[in-house]
Amino acid sequence: MTDVVADNSDSPIAGSVKAATSIMGTKRRALLVWLRDPFLCVATVLLIGVIAIAMAARLIYPTDPLDMVAPPLLWPGQDMDYPLGTDALGRDLAAGIVHGARVSLLVGFFAAFIGLVIGTTIGALAGYFGGIVDNLLVRLTELFQTIPAILLVIVILAIGNPSVFLIVLSIGLASWPMIARLARSQFMALREADFVMAARGLGYGTPRIIVREILPNALPTIVVATSVLVANGILAEAGLSFLNLGDPNQVSWGSLIGNGRTMLRTEWYLTALPGLAIILTVLSINIIGDRLTDILNPRSATR
Amino acid sequence: MTFRPARQMIRRVAVQAIPTIFGIVALNFLLLNLMPGDAADAIAGMSGSATVETMEALRKSLGLDQSLITRFITYATGVVSFNFGTSSHYGAPVIDVIMGRLPNTLLLMLSAFFVAVTLGIVLGWIMAIFANKWLDRLLTAIVLLLYSAPGFWIGLMAIVLFSAHLGWLPSGGSETIGVEMTGLALARDRILHLILPALALATFFVAIYARLTRAAMLEVLRQDFMRAATAKGLHPLALQFRHALRNALIPVTTVAGLHLANLLSGAVVVETVFNWPGLGRLTMDSLAARDFNVLLGILLLSSIIVIVTNVIIDWVVMWLDPRIEI
Repeated sequence: MTDVVADNSDSPIAGSVKAATSIMGTKRRALLVWLRDPFLCVATVLLIGVIAIAMAARLIYPTDPLDMVAPPLLWPGQDMDYPLGTDALGRDLAAGIVHGARVSLLVGFFAAFIGLVIGTTIGALAGYFGGIVDNLLVRLTELFQTIPAILLVIVILAIGNPSVFLIVLSIGLASWPMIARLARSQFMALREADFVMAARGLGYGTPRIIVREILPNALPTIVVATSVLVANGILAEAGLSFLNLGDPNQVSWGSLIGNGRTMLRTEWYLTALPGLAIILTVLSINIIGDRLTDILNPRSATR
Repeated sequence: MTFRPARQMIRRVAVQAIPTIFGIVALNFLLLNLMPGDAADAIAGMSGSATVETMEALRKSLGLDQSLITRFITYATGVVSFNFGTSSHYGAPVIDVIMGRLPNTLLLMLSAFFVAVTLGIVLGWIMAIFANKWLDRLLTAIVLLLYSAPGFWIGLMAIVLFSAHLGWLPSGGSETIGVEMTGLALARDRILHLILPALALATFFVAIYARLTRAAMLEVLRQDFMRAATAKGLHPLALQFRHALRNALIPVTTVAGLHLANLLSGAVVVETVFNWPGLGRLTMDSLAARDFNVLLGILLLSSIIVIVTNVIIDWVVMWLDPRIEI
């Protein structure tokens, strides 16, 4: 949805070049930073926990979370068999949140992966070749940045048949411009680096220079920036499911919020709890992404 | 010399803005037409059953029997003269349907934008001044929380707190229905209805601008010219305003232009939460009716708004930093 990291796209270059030259030192420093930073520790544990819950959802709650299992509108804590309460149809909210983690994380990570692949490809070609290729690809990137992405995704989903696959694809297709801008600036800076000149002197072909020489050096910065795409992908999916444009056969955090909305004034926990799940997950991804950016880019480490 | 920026602007509009708009027209049109199902299906679906003949007559009256290219040329030439076709659902020109809703969405967007930029810059500025003190850490945590929360969920929670429990603010709509109001009472009513949706839409962007301003301010405060200005005895306030803030505003202004498209996307969801009668609601209604012309019009018009605003923002950035050329 939004590109924060692309905004200082010129600054991480220094970081990644440095990171490439002293990988060992960075690794040791990274581990130290990790252990010393309580926020980062908590965020990492939280995210691993959410991923584990998502993967084990069928073990924790083997039945379909859309099944009616209990009396309707139990408040959280009222019946310890259903710790987070039940909705108007007697569906277990805890089961819904656990199963919803699957869809939210799936969409977040895979949409970000699509954005990463498309963005890196376009940015790499534009940055490496420059000239008219660059001009055309930058224009294409601007075109995609100008169209209100979610509006386009909404149209695609509403006309096509809403499925998790289509949601992943459309969010991914809408989110690559930020990565493309970052990759372009990285490749523009790195194509003049000494080791690239050396590779050219050795007679390596252009594809090999792009993929084997420049890409490994540019990738750490780009991958860290992709954490923003994961976070925003989860937020976008929540918004879409809230608008009832998600996969009707899958529970997601957004659809839980949407369903709870009709009883917002009385049973507000039905809306509040899935939202808290989203915030905790996205928050931990953002904290991890922030700190990794600082590690890669010592200049921004002003804390 | 004074004409240089103006000439650059004209060149930018001719070389960049117009091809971009054309690209968007083509992309939107293709995308919607490649999808299965058309307006005739939707109309027939709503009226129950339809014979093959009726369907054909319906397609002919909507111009759907012509080839894709003919339809695109008709559409594109229409767009040039601001004729976006007729809405199959409302039976009125698309431009009229959209213009009826546009002011509400613009009001919501601009209010949210104003809140986001002002609050974001002020928060980021405070964070930079107290960098690494407890106030900075507290605000950083709050801002990160806002950055990670879905705006529509914050809106829903605000309805629970401020409408359902405290009863301070209305929970939806853009004005109180069924009550005749004029002048000050009307303005007050509309502002009360605007507060929650605008804040819900703004939260995410407040967080972005606060983070950006903090980083940019810290960067500027380190520069040599700041030390020079301090050394020559410039008043601390003048130092902050004339040198630091002005330079820190450049990244925020640049990024704000890029965020307009996102702001519009966010408005669609927030409008649904608050039953705000704007373009977002129109989008959802048009989707249900498969009203392609209205959808194309909304996508196109919102893209044009984004492009035009970006040209204006480039101007502002050039004014803030005369070294920048576009």
